[in-house]
This record gives sequence, C-alpha cells and structure tokens, in this order.
Amino acid sequence: MRGLPDPTPPNLSLPDVVGSAGTEPIVQLHGVGKRFASGLEALDGIELSVARGEFLSLLGPSGCGKSTLLRIIAGLSEPTRGTCRVSLGEPGKPIPSGRIGFVFQDPTLMPWSNVAANAELPFRIAGRVGAEERDRVAAALRAVGLAGFEGAYPHQLSGGMRMRVSIARALVTDPELLLLDEPFAALDEITRLALNDDLLRLWETRRPTVLFVTHSVFESVYLSTRIAVMSPRPGHIVADLPVALPHPREGARTSPGYAAMCETVSGALGMAMTDART
Amino acid sequence: MIGQRAWRLLAPLLIGVVFLAIWEAVVRWRGIPPYILPAPSAVAQSLWVDGPSLLGSLLVTLRITLAALAAAALIGGAIALLFSLSRVLELSLFPYAVILQVTPIVAIAPLIIIWVREPFLALLVCAWIVAFFPIVSNTTVGLNSADRNLLALFRLYGASPGQILLYLRLPTALPYFLAGLRISSGLALIGAVVAEFVAGTGGAETGLAFRILEAGYRLAIPRLFAALFLLSLTGIVIYLLLDWLSRRVLQHWHESAATAAEE
Repeated sequence: MRGLPDPTPPNLSLPDVVGSAGTEPIVQLHGVGKRFASGLEALDGIELSVARGEFLSLLGPSGCGKSTLLRIIAGLSEPTRGTCRVSLGEPGKPIPSGRIGFVFQDPTLMPWSNVAANAELPFRIAGRVGAEERDRVAAALRAVGLAGFEGAYPHQLSGGMRMRVSIARALVTDPELLLLDEPFAALDEITRLALNDDLLRLWETRRPTVLFVTHSVFESVYLSTRIAVMSPRPGHIVADLPVALPHPREGARTSPGYAAMCETVSGALGMAMTDART
Repeated sequence: MIGQRAWRLLAPLLIGVVFLAIWEAVVRWRGIPPYILPAPSAVAQSLWVDGPSLLGSLLVTLRITLAALAAAALIGGAIALLFSLSRVLELSLFPYAVILQVTPIVAIAPLIIIWVREPFLALLVCAWIVAFFPIVSNTTVGLNSADRNLLALFRLYGASPGQILLYLRLPTALPYFLAGLRISSGLALIGAVVAEFVAGTGGAETGLAFRILEAGYRLAIPRLFAALFLLSLTGIVIYLLLDWLSRRVLQHWHESAATAAEE
C-alpha cells in the first residue's frame, strides 16, 4: 500500500446497497497469486473482498493481471497461491450454473447462431428452453435495446450491437455476480459512452454485484461504487477507493465531484506505475 | 454491379471461343492430321457420335467418384472426430494418414486391385485413399479451432463435453470440413481415373478413363479429346455443386468464416 491510505471499507451513497453489510461478502480473495506454467508471475498477494450489490472496478495498466484475476473469480482458472471464495448457492457445493455472468472484451458470439440463439445459450446448456426462458431472453434483449433484432446474425450487427448481445447473454440467467473483462475497450468513444449509461441503468435496476475490469480512469469513476487500483505485473492491489458520487449518474461526467475523483484515481494509478518502475 | 457479374461470365467465355477459333484455324490452315491434333469441330463431332456410349462410361466413373467422395466425407469426418477426442490418437495416427496421402496412388493401385477382388470396390478404395486426407486434416483443424473464450463460457455454464462438441466444436469445424470436401471432390475424380488406368477394364463396365486409354491405342484422338472434355466437365460440375452447397450452408456466417472456407 506504499504511500497510499489503507483500503477503506466502501462508503456508498446508496444505503440500500450497503444494506448487506452484515452478510458475508460475495467474493473473498486471500493472498491470491498466479504463476503461469511459462514462469510468468501474473498476480501476487491479492487481498480483496467484494460486498453484495457493489459495482467494483479493477483498474490497472495493460498486462497487470486484471483479466487473470477475473478468470480466477469466475472459476475458469485456478490460483497458484492463496484462496478465492465466491459465496453463491449453498455453502460447500459447486456454484449453480447461471449465477455468474461473464462478458469478454470481444463479443464472443457464435457466428452461426442468430441474436436470440446466442442470448439463449446459457439456457440451452442447462437443457431448459421453454416459454419462460424465451420470455427472459426477450426481456434481456429489450433491456440492452436489441428488441426486434432477434433474427439477425452477428455479422449483420455493428460492434456495439454485438457487445449488447454479449451483455444480454450474461443477463438472461439474472446472475448475482456479473464479471466484465474490458467489455468496451474495442469500441468507439460514442458507443462506449452509450453502453456505459446502459450498464449503469441495468445495475441500478437489477442490482447485481459487478466486477468491471478496465484501464480507463474516467470509465471506472463514472460506473463504480468502488475502485481497486492494480500495479503492473505481478499485479497486486495498491489502492482501494470508494466512489461517493450520487446515483443516478447521468450527467455526472460534468460535475466537480466527478472531476475531483478522476484526479484522485489518476494519482493512485500514477503512483502504482512509478512504484513499479523504482 | 450487374455489368461486373455479366463480365465474370462473359470474359472467360469469350476467351474460350477465341481460343477454340484459333485452334480450329491453325489445324485447318496447317493441315494437321486428326491423330496428332484434332480440330474442335472434329472433337464436337466425335462427342455427338460417341456421346451415348461415352456417357455410359462417364456414369461408371461418376459412380466411383461420388461413392469415394461420400466415403471420404464419412470416414474422414469420423477420423477427424476421433482425433479431436483423443490427442494421443491424433499424434500416433496422423503420420500414417500423411504417409497414405504422400504415397503415389499409381504405385499402390496395383496392390489394391490384387487384394480387393471386387473391381468396383477396388477402384473405390483407390479413389478414397486419394480423397480422404484433405477432409481429415481440415476437419481436425476445425474441431480444434473453437474460440477460447466461447469454450470458457461453455465451461462457466457447466456444459458437458457432448454439448461442447455439438454446440461449439462441430459448428466451428463446418466451414473447414466443407473446404476439405471441395478439395476432395477433385481428388476423388483424379483417384477414380488413375485407378481405372491401372485396373483397365476388369468387369463388364468400362469407365471413362479406360475409354481414354483405348482411344489413344487406336489413335482415335478426337474421341480421346471428347472423353477428356466430359471428364473435365464432370469435375467442374461437382466442384460448382459443392461450392453452391457450402455457400448455402454458410450464408449467415461472418465473412471471415466464408473466407476461411475459400482457402
């Protein structure tokens, strides 16, 4: 935590979000480290606890192991040191499918399937595709503004629309934990801002716990209730900053509070980079 | 755009007509005898006269070609599937598939004809050996090309290996398989012709390849050209049919999938 204040508990402006203060955190990481078979040290000594309903951004430079951390939390990768606990479903049992949603940097759609079939994938794997599931697919597509595009194929859509399909697919099972791995990094600025607003609105209405990986200071401040700043490889968390901006945040980008917070976060990120170089 | 499409058809056609005209003119002007180089008109006449009997022979060759292609698609696809399920199996068997592929069919055809007594089956085996490899190698690559993030997503939602195969690996492999099939279609025809050359006329039925040999021996060169023309035409038609089929199947896919299938 060199030169930075100790991680403070999230001090949110949304009382009903912190309402879960007494309950167990949804994600708990203890001394998590990851060394790849190539010998590459991706993560080292990650301590992180995420409360239910939080919108936490993992902010750091490219290659700091943010994505690796997200994959470990999703159960797609095993830590080589430390423990990762995700409290979903009954304790001691494997997490039921559909409780975690994952969005990759690429839309990761099946090119041979249309929009509806792509969004329906979690249900198809679970072996239940009935009227209720079809309703939920339609609702998720409506929520991301893709109503009427059910029959379109991925190659007929723009990059932003493909990303919306990807988000809809992650939402259909109504997951409690939503993991997003730089989902908007490859999009143009205008699409990116629009999707930021959409994501914020989805979080405000559905209130899942969100872990959002990004390397954009402005994006992290605009979206999150809390930001964990990571150092370059081997990645560890150097600052844990609550974002006390009121919701809804439409228009917050021009507020003085937003600018001040961006400056604070930029400072923390800058310090993480200089610390790494010395 | 319509003009461009018309040109795509017209330009090669025009070249063909000009080429045939020059050919005809040179043969007539120089007085080249038909047993050296027949004029296109002589070939056309032979096609007209010998057409019915040549068509009968064509059917024999066509049957072997299509049967070999179907066997290559089925068995080749099954081998690729086996390879994708077991890395050990792939590593230990793939070199032998390569050996079978690089060994000239002309060299092993006599052996196969000795070993397999039934003539049709012997020819089928020869053509199959030539045709199956592109399907095996392409489909194997395709089955192993599933998007890594999609694979992760399937695992996240608890998909079984069977579901991953059915919903992800097989659709991913489809353009690769179809590309292999198109390459194999030409090879199956070549394999059938080579096998017929070696086997001669075993049974009552005579294939087009043997008719070419026979016409050569008898210096009936116009008939040789006519048979050759039918053979090329068959290859082109099979290729175009498969090309149309793969376009139909892949029409919804991203352009990259369509381009990958071209290679």
